[in-house]
Amino acid sequence: MAITVTLPAVLAKLANDQRTHTADGATLGDVVETLAQRYPSLAPRLRDEAGKPYPFVVYYLNDEDVRLGDGFAATVADGDEVTLIPAIAGG
Amino acid sequence: MTTISSDAATLPPLGRDELLRYSRHLLLDQVGVEGQRRLKAARVLLVGAGGLGSPTALYLAAAGVGTIGIVDFDVVDASNLQRQILHGTADVGRAKTASARDTLHDINPNVHVQTFETQLTPENALEILRDFDIVIDGSDSFATRFLTSDASVLLGKPNVYGSIFRFEGQASVFNVDGGPCYRCLFREPPPPGLVPNCAEAGVLGVLPGLLGTIQATEALKLILGIGEPLIGRLLLVDALEMRFQTVTVRRDPSCPSCGDAVHGGGTIHSLADRAQDYHAAACDVPDAVAAGAITEITPAELAARISRGDDFELIDVREPHEWEIAHLEGARLVPLGTIPNALADLDRSRDVVLYCKGGVRSLRAAEALQQIGFTRLTSVAGGILRWSAEVDPTVPRY
Repeated sequence: MAITVTLPAVLAKLANDQRTHTADGATLGDVVETLAQRYPSLAPRLRDEAGKPYPFVVYYLNDEDVRLGDGFAATVADGDEVTLIPAIAGG
Repeated sequence: MTTISSDAATLPPLGRDELLRYSRHLLLDQVGVEGQRRLKAARVLLVGAGGLGSPTALYLAAAGVGTIGIVDFDVVDASNLQRQILHGTADVGRAKTASARDTLHDINPNVHVQTFETQLTPENALEILRDFDIVIDGSDSFATRFLTSDASVLLGKPNVYGSIFRFEGQASVFNVDGGPCYRCLFREPPPPGLVPNCAEAGVLGVLPGLLGTIQATEALKLILGIGEPLIGRLLLVDALEMRFQTVTVRRDPSCPSCGDAVHGGGTIHSLADRAQDYHAAACDVPDAVAAGAITEITPAELAARISRGDDFELIDVREPHEWEIAHLEGARLVPLGTIPNALADLDRSRDVVLYCKGGVRSLRAAEALQQIGFTRLTSVAGGILRWSAEVDPTVPRY
C-alpha cells in the first residue's frame, strides 16, 4: 500500500533532497520505520531511540494529528497522506 | 466569536487627523469608526522585535493600535538588516526597543510604544504580559516560545504565533475561545542539537515579512472581532514552492498547560512548574561539554597553538558555501552532516580541533566524534566569528 509522506524542507535535506516520499506499511509506525531505514541520517529526526514519536514533531495522517488518535499504531491505507511538522523556533 | 471586548461607550474618540489617517479603515463595514476606536483602545505585546516582530509592529502601528508593547533585550546588528525592517543602517548598535520606538512613532505618532529592554524570563513574564490584551510571539528560541505560551495560558491571553526556518513558516492563534495552545501542538521543546535553531541555519529575508503580516492580520481580526481567526488551525507556509497549507490543531485535554485536570492536564499552575523548558535553547551546550569530555578553547588559544606548530587536525564543520566566504588556513572542510562517517578513518588518538561559524555546530561534531571513539576533541568557542573579532579582523563576518 503506497502512503505518501511529505517532509518539511529541513528534513528533506536528509532524504535525498526530496520532499515527497512513498512508503508501504500497515501502520504509521511501519511507514516511519521504512523511511528511517531508507535514510539512516533522517532516522533520528523521525522518532526517538525507542521508536516512539517525539513531543516536538507532529505527524498528521491526512488532516488529523495522530497523537490524539492511535499514534504510530494508527492504521494506514493506500492513498493516505502523512505530513511531518517539526517545531521550529526562528523569528 | 470572542474578541477583545470593550464596551463601545468607553472606547476613546478619534480626532480629526485620525479620521483622515484611518479613512480606508473607516470605509470598511467590518472596521468603521467603532472598530477603529477598538484598535485605538487595544494593547498588543510583541515578544521580539526581530524578523517577525518588525513587519507585525509596522502594520499594527500603521493600523492605529493604541498601545504596542515590545520586549527585546538585543541590539541591532548589521546581520539583522536583511529582514528586520523596523531597523535601519543608522540603528546598528542601538537597542532594538529604542530603534523600534522611533520607527513606529515616525509611522504613527498617535501610537503609544511601551518598551521592555529585557529578556522575557519566568520572573518577569507574567508582569509584562498582564497589562496587554493580545500577545504576539515573534521570539527566536524554543525557551521563549514555551515561556510566552505558558504565561499567556496562565493569564488567559490570546497568543498569536508565528515561527520561521529557512524558507518555511508556521502561524496560528492559540488560547482563544477554548481553542488549543502552543503546547497542545508541541508538547516539549526539543533537546539541544536535535532541531537546528541557530542563526547559522539561515532564513530568506522576506519570509518573516510573510509570516509577520499574517500575525498582524490575526491580531487585528481578534481586536475587531471579525472573520475567522486561525484558531484550531496551523498555517504552514512554504516560500520556495509558494504553498500555503492548513492543518487542524485540536485542544489536547491532557495538555499540561491548558488541559483539564480530569484528563491529567493543566498541571502547569505557575511558571516555576516547567522552568526547565524556558532554558532549554536548542543552541545550548551539549552534555558532553558540560561533563568535561570535550574541551573548548578561545580563538586566541587556537592562534597560539597554530603559531607554536602544535600537531593537530583542524576541521571546519561548516557548509561549502560558508567555507568559500572565509576559512582558517590549514583547515579541512568536513561539513557537520558528513560527520562522523567522513572522519571514520582518522586516527582516534589524534588531537582534533573543530570550528564552525559560532561554536555550536563544532560542539555537535565533537559529540558525534566522541561517540565513535575520539578522545582528544576540542571546539573553538565562538567559532570563526569570534576569530574575526579577536584574532584576525581581515576574516569577513557573515
